[in-house]
Amino acid sequence: MLLATDVNLAHSQSIFNPASPAAHSIVSLAILVLAVSGLIFVIVEGVLLYSVWRFRADADPNAPEPPQAYGSRAIEIAWTAAPTLIVLFLVLVITRTLWEVEVDPPAPMPDDRALFVTVTGRQWWWEYTYETYDNRPLGFTTANELHIPAGEPGQSRPVYLKLVSADVCHSFWVPRLAGKMDLIPGRVNHLTLQADAPGLYLGQCAEYCGTQHAHMLLRVVVEEPAAFDRWLTEQAEPAADDPAARADRDLFLAQSCVNCHRVRGTPAVGSYAPDLTHLMSRQTLASGMIENTPENLDRWVADPQSIKPGCLMPAFGLGSEDQASIVRYLQTLH
Amino acid sequence: MSATATPLPAPPPIVTERGPSAAQWGMIAFLLSEVAFFSTLIVAYVAFMGKDIVGPTPQEALSLPLVIGTTLCLLGSSAVMHAAERALHSGRQTSFCLLWTLTIALGIIFLAGTAYEWRELIVEKHLTISRNLFGTTYYTLVGFHALHVTGGVMTMAIVLLLALRGQVSRSNATGVQLVGWYWHFVDAVWIVVFVVVYVTAKSGGL
Amino acid sequence: MAFAESTRAVGQGDTAVAHPGVATRLHAWTTTVDHKRIGILYVLMSLVFLVIGGVEALLMRWQLVVPDNQFLGPDTFNQLFTMHGTTMVFFVGMPILIGVGNYLVPLMIGARDMAFPRLNAFGFWITLFGGLLVYFSFATGGAPAIGWFAYAPLTERTFARSAATDFWALGLLISGIGTVTAAVNFVATILGMRAPGMTMRKMPFFVWTMLWTAFQMLLALPPLTAALVMILFDRQLGARFFDTSGGGSAFLWQHLFWFFGHPEVYILILPVFGIVSEVIPVFSRKVLFGYEFMAAATMAIAFISFGVWAHHMYCVGMSRTLDLFFATASLLVSIPTGIKFFNWLATMYGGRIRFASPMLFAFGFLSMFLIGGLTGIMLAAAPFDFQLSDSYFVVGHFHWVLIGGTLFGTFAGVYYWYPKVTGRMLSERLARWQFWLLYVGFFLTFGPMHVAGMLGMPRRIYTYGMDDWTVWNQISTLGALIQAPSYLILIYNLVVSLRHGKPAGDDPWDAWTLEWTTTSPPPSYNFETTPVVHSRRPLWDSKHPDDPDWLYE
Repeated sequence: MLLATDVNLAHSQSIFNPASPAAHSIVSLAILVLAVSGLIFVIVEGVLLYSVWRFRADADPNAPEPPQAYGSRAIEIAWTAAPTLIVLFLVLVITRTLWEVEVDPPAPMPDDRALFVTVTGRQWWWEYTYETYDNRPLGFTTANELHIPAGEPGQSRPVYLKLVSADVCHSFWVPRLAGKMDLIPGRVNHLTLQADAPGLYLGQCAEYCGTQHAHMLLRVVVEEPAAFDRWLTEQAEPAADDPAARADRDLFLAQSCVNCHRVRGTPAVGSYAPDLTHLMSRQTLASGMIENTPENLDRWVADPQSIKPGCLMPAFGLGSEDQASIVRYLQTLH
Repeated sequence: MSATATPLPAPPPIVTERGPSAAQWGMIAFLLSEVAFFSTLIVAYVAFMGKDIVGPTPQEALSLPLVIGTTLCLLGSSAVMHAAERALHSGRQTSFCLLWTLTIALGIIFLAGTAYEWRELIVEKHLTISRNLFGTTYYTLVGFHALHVTGGVMTMAIVLLLALRGQVSRSNATGVQLVGWYWHFVDAVWIVVFVVVYVTAKSGGL
Repeated sequence: MAFAESTRAVGQGDTAVAHPGVATRLHAWTTTVDHKRIGILYVLMSLVFLVIGGVEALLMRWQLVVPDNQFLGPDTFNQLFTMHGTTMVFFVGMPILIGVGNYLVPLMIGARDMAFPRLNAFGFWITLFGGLLVYFSFATGGAPAIGWFAYAPLTERTFARSAATDFWALGLLISGIGTVTAAVNFVATILGMRAPGMTMRKMPFFVWTMLWTAFQMLLALPPLTAALVMILFDRQLGARFFDTSGGGSAFLWQHLFWFFGHPEVYILILPVFGIVSEVIPVFSRKVLFGYEFMAAATMAIAFISFGVWAHHMYCVGMSRTLDLFFATASLLVSIPTGIKFFNWLATMYGGRIRFASPMLFAFGFLSMFLIGGLTGIMLAAAPFDFQLSDSYFVVGHFHWVLIGGTLFGTFAGVYYWYPKVTGRMLSERLARWQFWLLYVGFFLTFGPMHVAGMLGMPRRIYTYGMDDWTVWNQISTLGALIQAPSYLILIYNLVVSLRHGKPAGDDPWDAWTLEWTTTSPPPSYNFETTPVVHSRRPLWDSKHPDDPDWLYE
């Protein structure tokens, strides 16, 4: 639904279209720095252009050499002081913004209305483990679409992300919500998000991480608190067990899919690839590359490499009946 | 030109500058780059200190007595080399050759000590470069130092050959001096390695 | 003499060869230890790699001209940007400046050659060999796809299985040793072989910048060498430096790489500051304004450059305090850089500016480098960089500095000294064509990248689906197509003028430094008699004996 309605808004990743307090702070700093730089640019480039115009050589080749000016201590001190003052000023405003933007995450507390999520970067998709919300333990895992609650007037709902990597370096970047933060193997990083309004916020991995770096897309779905609560409840459930789909499920479980994928409530407990428990609740497939439609799902299961060349899921060469059966089963995973 | 014209200004006399020669500057520059190189390896060693999840740890693996002996050899070689240079400057060619040979011998003893130590580490302590972070950083740091010692020994051997053929004398001692600088530098690096690797291993970290 | 006889014998024996001199000349060039020939070899090598790197860039621009383009696959694209960056930094930028320095430093200080001519030749050949090794990676089935800064653990066996990464690391390691030998040579030559009277305070400004460039090379390259050794040990011996599953550190690589990487940026710009500091005075007919302050500023940049590396790493989660430290240090660089800029303006101010080709490119440098410097201030402002880092804004910024700064400045030097090197003038008409195509094409290529970056486009993506970015990428590609012929014009000009250029004479620009006192091209021994120097502009003194510089210095 969000995919359909908010297309125009969703299709902005501009850093000058901020939707969170941190992104706002950065924009104010950015505008200030741009203004200072612009002023320097106009003055210096102006003097340059004036000089080359005013002092261009005339046609007379025999004109005497112009007076030689070797330097002047007073002038040098003056134009050392000017940039020094500008630097001092910039350091002060940078300090202010740094302290606004980089906040150490607090520990979860009762009634803190804060969401704690662990984000794991993987080649080339995102894994989200929901830890606690309002100090309520959650403990389920999903992939590629991060759902977070929107703040309400007078009541902010901060989201504290713990960023880790399972393989190489990645970087979490949703420009409208925050600056980027890297996910580095062997390290734990933190990033605070806080969204002003419901909507879909796009981004993508910003640190080169291998073949499909370009398609390691980020989707943050910001929902009204009530809707977010419903989403949490649904996601915490084990996978739907539709009696009509038992045969399809058994076929799925007999395939090597389960070596990598997990479907909670079944023997599929792979932890190497996206959790499929509520696959059909997601808007997209392949880390945001294609819309989650039955046709796309079928294409994806048949041959992921034709859609996302180099991705770590191979084509298994299933027979057409098995293929259809597995796609049918996946479609029951609401 | 009339006689009353002001004479052209005469430039001040040229003062000859003193300072290291080009060759000496070259060696100083080279050693500066070596400082940067070894600093990097030492930083890596220190950065990974105590981060291992599998043994052996430096404390378990390293033994001091042998390395104190080789260290004394290396430091002694610097002193002997200094004496050799003084012999060369005072024209005592034979004692230069003898002292220079002793320097080389001490360098070789150091290398033999390292080889013996590594054999023990690999065979008895099962510490290889791929074993753990300590093995990785230890062999890289100590290995590159040993490589530099080897280079120094070889260069000194060439100087010795030239000296035996009577081609090294007081008048062309710059080469000997520069080899000396290199050798003293390699010794100085060893002192840092000794402290960072061996002393901290036995005193339980930095 | 034996050599001369043997060459004659070869020439006479090979009558079947169309040009009997070719083999002999090739032999003479490959065995040369003459700093001038080695300098030319460095520059030629850089130009060849410039064309290769340029073709790689054009292929990438063509891939990005429309969203979801199928022209190149992800693997090819990732290999191309890895090789493009590696090539341009290590096999174009550095060698071309080392080459110019190699040619000019001995001439400018009145020496017969570099301090260690054979080491000099060795340095060139292993730099070239390193470049060939890096390109040999294609023979393994594909170049490495790791990015030019090759963040660990992407370079570990687990993620980069082919030997391409080994060739890459080995090639850079070897060419890095070449660079260090060049730096040793520069330091020894400049500090130990200046003409009588040329004190440290009376060196031509270009020589001063080369000295500090060499200083930076000496301290910055070895950490990279050590880090490359670590990669190779990891890959070949199973060491664990960057093996994050065995406790190794991805973070260590980033620190080591940028400890090299940031001074590297100044290695690529300081000599260019030197070049334009020679060109601007001569074509403004005025002495360089504030030499001492310029010199101090150069030194300051060389030192500060070692304390700013982590401004490439604001997004790794250091801490606010460290972010602030590196932001402050990075901003401090703008003070000495500002001093330089103001002094160039003051040199031009009140002069009589001749817009011959060298000055035209120096003007290009001034007008463009300013912008690159200002976008650098934006990136240094840490919180702003949280958004800009690793976006196309960064790509725009460093190309602005490296093309708008380094390349325009280097071209100014090429036009300025080509008459000295060859005895012929380059065509001014072609120079103007090259300049304007490059100027406009450059602006169109890299300007829009800043916008795309601010619209959220990350770097190093082989394709995109975001509509906002399309138009900016298309302007970029258009700009690249406009730029491309400018390089061909330069090469055509360089080749054709060699035979058909106007004879230059010893001193075509009415210049002031020692290289213009000898013939064009200079004899292998450079000067018949060792020059004696009393000021920074020895030729000014001899052209104006009534009012020499040494009265004022």
